[in-house]
Amino acid sequence: MERPEGSPILEVGVRAVFHTALLFSVFLLLVGHDAPGGGFVGGLVAGAAFVLRFAAGGVEEVRAVIPFPPTALLGAGLVVAVVAGVGAWSPLVFDTGVYLIVIGLVLALVLSLGGAPDGGPV
Amino acid sequence: MIWLLLVVHAVVALGVAVGATRLGRDAFLVAAVAPLLAFVWLVARSGVALDGGITEQVSWVPSLGLTLDLRLDGMGLLMGLLVSGIGVVVLAYSRWYVGDAPGAGRMAGLLVAFAGAMLGLVVADNVFVLYGFWELTTVASFLLIGWEDQRAPARAAALQAFLVTGIGGLSLLAGLVLLGQAAGTWSLSGLLADPPTGGAVPAALVLVLVGAFTKSAQVPFHFWLPGAMAAPTPVSAYLHSATLVKAGVYLIALLAPAFAAGVGFWRPLVLGVGVATMVWGGWRALRQFDLKLLAAYGTVSQLGFLVVLFGAGVPALTFAGCAVLVAHALYKAALFLVVGVVDHQAHTRDLRRLDSLHRHLPVTFAVAAVSVASMVGIPLLFGFVAKEAAYQAIVDELGPARWNLLLVGVAAGSVLTVAYGARFLQGGFGRQPVAPGGHDLVPPPPRAPWTALLPPAVLAGCTVVLGLAPGLAAPLVDGAAEALLGGPAGAGGGGLALWHGANVALALSALTLVLGALVHLARQPIARFQAALPHGVSGAQAYQWCLRSVLRGADRLTGVVQHGSLPVYLAVTLVTAVALPIPALVAARGLDVSLTVAESPLQAVVVGIVVAAALAVAVARRRFTAVLLVGCVGYGVAVLFVIQGAPDLALTQLLVETLTLVAFVVVLRHLPDGFRPVRGRGSTLARVVVAGAVGTFVAAFAVVAASSRTVPPVSVEQVALAEPEGGGRNVVNVIVNDIRGLDTVGEVTVLVVAGLGVIALAAAVRPRRQAQEVTDGAP
Repeated sequence: MERPEGSPILEVGVRAVFHTALLFSVFLLLVGHDAPGGGFVGGLVAGAAFVLRFAAGGVEEVRAVIPFPPTALLGAGLVVAVVAGVGAWSPLVFDTGVYLIVIGLVLALVLSLGGAPDGGPV
Repeated sequence: MIWLLLVVHAVVALGVAVGATRLGRDAFLVAAVAPLLAFVWLVARSGVALDGGITEQVSWVPSLGLTLDLRLDGMGLLMGLLVSGIGVVVLAYSRWYVGDAPGAGRMAGLLVAFAGAMLGLVVADNVFVLYGFWELTTVASFLLIGWEDQRAPARAAALQAFLVTGIGGLSLLAGLVLLGQAAGTWSLSGLLADPPTGGAVPAALVLVLVGAFTKSAQVPFHFWLPGAMAAPTPVSAYLHSATLVKAGVYLIALLAPAFAAGVGFWRPLVLGVGVATMVWGGWRALRQFDLKLLAAYGTVSQLGFLVVLFGAGVPALTFAGCAVLVAHALYKAALFLVVGVVDHQAHTRDLRRLDSLHRHLPVTFAVAAVSVASMVGIPLLFGFVAKEAAYQAIVDELGPARWNLLLVGVAAGSVLTVAYGARFLQGGFGRQPVAPGGHDLVPPPPRAPWTALLPPAVLAGCTVVLGLAPGLAAPLVDGAAEALLGGPAGAGGGGLALWHGANVALALSALTLVLGALVHLARQPIARFQAALPHGVSGAQAYQWCLRSVLRGADRLTGVVQHGSLPVYLAVTLVTAVALPIPALVAARGLDVSLTVAESPLQAVVVGIVVAAALAVAVARRRFTAVLLVGCVGYGVAVLFVIQGAPDLALTQLLVETLTLVAFVVVLRHLPDGFRPVRGRGSTLARVVVAGAVGTFVAAFAVVAASSRTVPPVSVEQVALAEPEGGGRNVVNVIVNDIRGLDTVGEVTVLVVAGLGVIALAAAVRPRRQAQEVTDGAP
């Protein structure tokens, strides 16, 4: 099945912004303790970056960056969050768990529902 | 030390089940070690047990006050010896019968586990310990009946037994709890020493009796026992004739001395049920062609007899009951083992097809003959001695009409016993005339090896020895009766003896034998009579009907509750969420509500936009438009957060709203463009009402909640703590991650579950190929 033509502006634009957005999301995660930010917001920004990529190139584009299933992120994030939360470890570790979970959730949404309406690959 | 025995049983059971493949048929011999140890220990300690009893308290969970109260008295000793002794015999027999079949280890392990549970049941002194072991035996029985789990009849029979005895077990628990509360103690011996009286006690006793009746296959709960004959023969011999089914009788035996005289309905209920079971079981036994089913109905009848003897609460009858308990265990187990031998050698149990086995299987026939003779009460055997004691005890009570009726009932049951015993012996081993158009006779079966015959022969031997020298059993039976009655039994007519002299009881025995022989001789006309009788509703049919009704009702309920219609689910959820807190709202009517409309013109403008967007959603025609307008509402709220000075919240709200929009749009591609037109004015009205109610309620609730503050908010304290304790200046973050960290753990779990739900639901509606792709990653 052929890929529908995407807008070249969107594709180029996303390529420029994607990595910056991911860096920014990590930045938000790290500074969250003292400034606006934190695990939730960082994860959402990263999720938004992936959504942009999805808008540009569909599910294939997202898969190219994330070759493993989103359940891995959900699971890993949950383990980290629960262990750090119950064990009262550093809030940064806990926040990282939350960060992973939020990214995993957004990816789960996009990858599950993002296929073509008639069931085709894109 | 008793608890150590129980642990040994558990360990051996596990070990045998796990190491089965290497042991093969010897798994049964290894398994027999546990009950053998128990038997030896019980014999060694019998003196102490009969003298005053051995009590033990094992502290299990001290912080909860859970202790394992165990007590070995005369009755416990008797039952324990039966359980262990017959367990050893059955396990030895199983080595031949089951052999190297797959699952042999599992059966051996389960049999030992059951033996341990039954032992625990008879030494339990605490109400909850008793119940625990009771249900353990139920589970063991379920697993053993369904041992051949590939066969559907076995599974169905196992389920039936489990449901009937399990529900009875629940009834038992309820009754025991009520009794314990009324008595103020959970200890059985304490309860029996000082029986409670009062309002709840009769109801409690009925509940307990229901439990006992289900376990001991009394009418109308008897039907599971013939069904349980789907189990392999060793299981039937051990559980369903000698031990498990005696648990209900044991319970009745414990309670009767304390409650029989005091509680009005006890004797009529228990004795009535017992006599009915005795007669009904015998009557049905006459109709059976399968030797195993014949023996099963015979067991039902004999259990009725035991319930009568123990349920009366009269010392002489209790004494006789203990004797019959021993006699029955010995001859019934032997009979089942014999049926197994016949089945194994001749490959059939149908007595219409068995011919002249008395010649081909002589030793088997001898064992069967001895056991049947004991069952019907032929002199010089222990069954006769026990039955004599029973007859004598009832005769001593004669006078009031009730007792005369009881004697008639018991005598009738005994006559039927003779008749079906003769049917068993003649049909199984006698000469079968070849009837034209009848069933094919099986060819002469090969002789059975000594490994098969020794176990039942041992049991039959005990029957003979105890019959000739009843004094050997006297201390045990005496001790058991004493323990039950709390005092000497004063056995009617001088206890167990071979010969009491020519008295009424002897005459009754002779009469029973003669009548029974006549019934057997007249079996053809009686069979025709039975066939001509109208068939009422049998217990098994009632059970099937109940089961089907429950399943049908569950289906219907699911159909109503799981409607499948999203608007209905939503409406139910919303209406419930609105309706429940309304009492709280109503109670706040006298509240002093202070509201500020807006703090700045900018706020008013933003709110105006949000309200307009919300109204527009309600009238939008296209789904896409509606989704975008909902996004507008979200962005408006984010702007409000910015105005109020909450950067974290605003950031989160903006991002979440954007991502939600994207998710909506992605899903919308799969849906039609416009909303489905709502059918009918009534439906529209309902939606408007529900939506309006929810909106009004939320607004009212927010206003009332905001005005109801009576103590300073928690946030003040947390804000103060954030920097010194949490080490961070972003208060929101510190609260979410640190101070209320566990709350957040719960919330992220919800997120994970939501993510998994999305994946699962999306995969459920997709073609399988793509579903694999989503969960596996890149193709």
